[in-house]
Amino acid sequence: MAKAKIPINRYQVFQSTKYLFIHIFLMSVAATCIFPLFWMVRSALMTKETIFIDKSLFPSALQWGNFVKAWIGGNFGTYFLNSLFYTFSVVVGIVIISSLAAYAFSRLRFPGKDFFFYMFVAAMMIPLPGSFVPLVVLMNKIGLVNTRLGYILCMINVGLSMSILLLKTFFDKMPSDLEDAARIDGCGKIRIWWNVALPLARPAIAVVVIFNSLNVWNEFILANLLLTDDSLMTLQTGLFKFQGPNLADYPVLMAGLTIAAIPIIIIYLFMQKHIIKGLSSGAVVG
Amino acid sequence: MSTNAAKTFNFSKLRYTLESFAFIFPAVSIFSIFYIFPFFYIFKLSLYEWNGLSPFMSFIGLENFIELMRDKIWWTSMWHACYITLIALTFQNMLAFGLALACDREIRLKKFYRVVFFLPPVLSEVVVGFIWRWVLNAGEQNGEPYGLLNFALMKSGLNHLITDWLSNPDTALTCIAIVHSWKGFGWGFIMLLAGLQTIDKQLYEAAKVDGANSWETFKNVTVPMMIPVILVVMILTVLGSMQVFVLILSMVGQGLEYEAEVPVTRILAAMTSSKQYGYACAMGVTFGAILIFISFSFKKISERMKQV
Repeated sequence: MAKAKIPINRYQVFQSTKYLFIHIFLMSVAATCIFPLFWMVRSALMTKETIFIDKSLFPSALQWGNFVKAWIGGNFGTYFLNSLFYTFSVVVGIVIISSLAAYAFSRLRFPGKDFFFYMFVAAMMIPLPGSFVPLVVLMNKIGLVNTRLGYILCMINVGLSMSILLLKTFFDKMPSDLEDAARIDGCGKIRIWWNVALPLARPAIAVVVIFNSLNVWNEFILANLLLTDDSLMTLQTGLFKFQGPNLADYPVLMAGLTIAAIPIIIIYLFMQKHIIKGLSSGAVVG
Repeated sequence: MSTNAAKTFNFSKLRYTLESFAFIFPAVSIFSIFYIFPFFYIFKLSLYEWNGLSPFMSFIGLENFIELMRDKIWWTSMWHACYITLIALTFQNMLAFGLALACDREIRLKKFYRVVFFLPPVLSEVVVGFIWRWVLNAGEQNGEPYGLLNFALMKSGLNHLITDWLSNPDTALTCIAIVHSWKGFGWGFIMLLAGLQTIDKQLYEAAKVDGANSWETFKNVTVPMMIPVILVVMILTVLGSMQVFVLILSMVGQGLEYEAEVPVTRILAAMTSSKQYGYACAMGVTFGAILIFISFSFKKISERMKQV
């Protein structure tokens, strides 16, 4: 009873309408982010004929066979495994190589240290569009075109600067007490790096892993130029090849897109804390 | 004795140095082969006429660059990249800033929004391009458009707006720029939100005590505090948007008739289609120089602004 007598607070009304409008704004943008993805999955479940006619949100007959068609007929099984293999190898390579270098730049003393470090930093600052032209020429010369190794090495190089900078920044902030203790106990540098420094740097390594995984999985141009052999192609280049002969088969293309997008979305949803932390700290962008 | 001691000392020092170099050796060697060598090689190739296969490369000096200055398609492609960048700078960044301001408070579903807005950026440009190509599809059967956008326009009685979005020279580039902004605003959003959250809340309270309304607070507290972050977001937007091209390949395809060409697709075409490796490298060098000039000017501006 007492509550009913209180006059409606104008300020409260203003506040709640304000929040309502904020939510409408945010929700509408969120909808534009999700809906195209939903439309992709929905279109992947149609037949070649119904996809052009039926515009209902939830079609009645779901054609899961399109995924089988893409996986086997469209060779997406091979592309998927290739993408997985490249992503895994590149990320493992980057973590080991960049953490070794970052550890040296942070903890060890040697001549030319600053020179080498700033060389990597400078590479991040200088945009080099079209660098794929000399790179492909070089790969042709040393016979690494159309080899898994060639592509993996190129992609390790792509992620190297950013990862070294990120890990070095982390090592610089990390107290070195444990490493000193290990050194007094007679550990060599490599053992300290592997047994002490790396486990402590886990949060930074998580950021390196997630960003490089996204980068390699989604990479297109080098895969397109270096891996022309069908058995070596990745999902991203496979989607293009798939456009040619099966141009009319939109549902299978949509199934292929779904196959390429789902793993990255799942990884993102599990790792989004690290992504947002990495971005917010500004470490990723330098 | 003393010389002996010095020798052992030097030896252990040498060993230490060599061990340290072993740590950076893998990184430096990969970097030298796959970054530094191509970096210098692109300058060399830009001075030659070469089809990429023949063992003979003919040195032609700066002719590639002179030809490039006269290449109308090249400068058109440059204008296209600038157009996409302008839309990204205004539309995409304003959207990102608006969303960040909306989320910079105690609000329900904040985590949900943050996760969803970063969904387009984690997808590949190929996937994004093909999805939107399908949504913007212009085909039709018995007056029923295939594409979702044209279908929605028909259903809402806006038939006069229906067009072949990606083949129409008037709309193709704008569609690409908007899809590019759709894919990219999540980056700006996360970075701007992180920036907003670092602003000391006491500043807002002080402004309130001084009787500032919310617009004045925004203008005099939020914006000045955010300028460093805004500049970083802007420079990343410019560098990213100028170099966009995979999205274009997947949205419009390689059968471009110059209406959606950007510098990087020109470089790619010169290399793969017309086999002019030297010319492609000259384009790369020129474009790289332009990008460096842009980011350098941005840095100068941001230094100026910090001083004020």
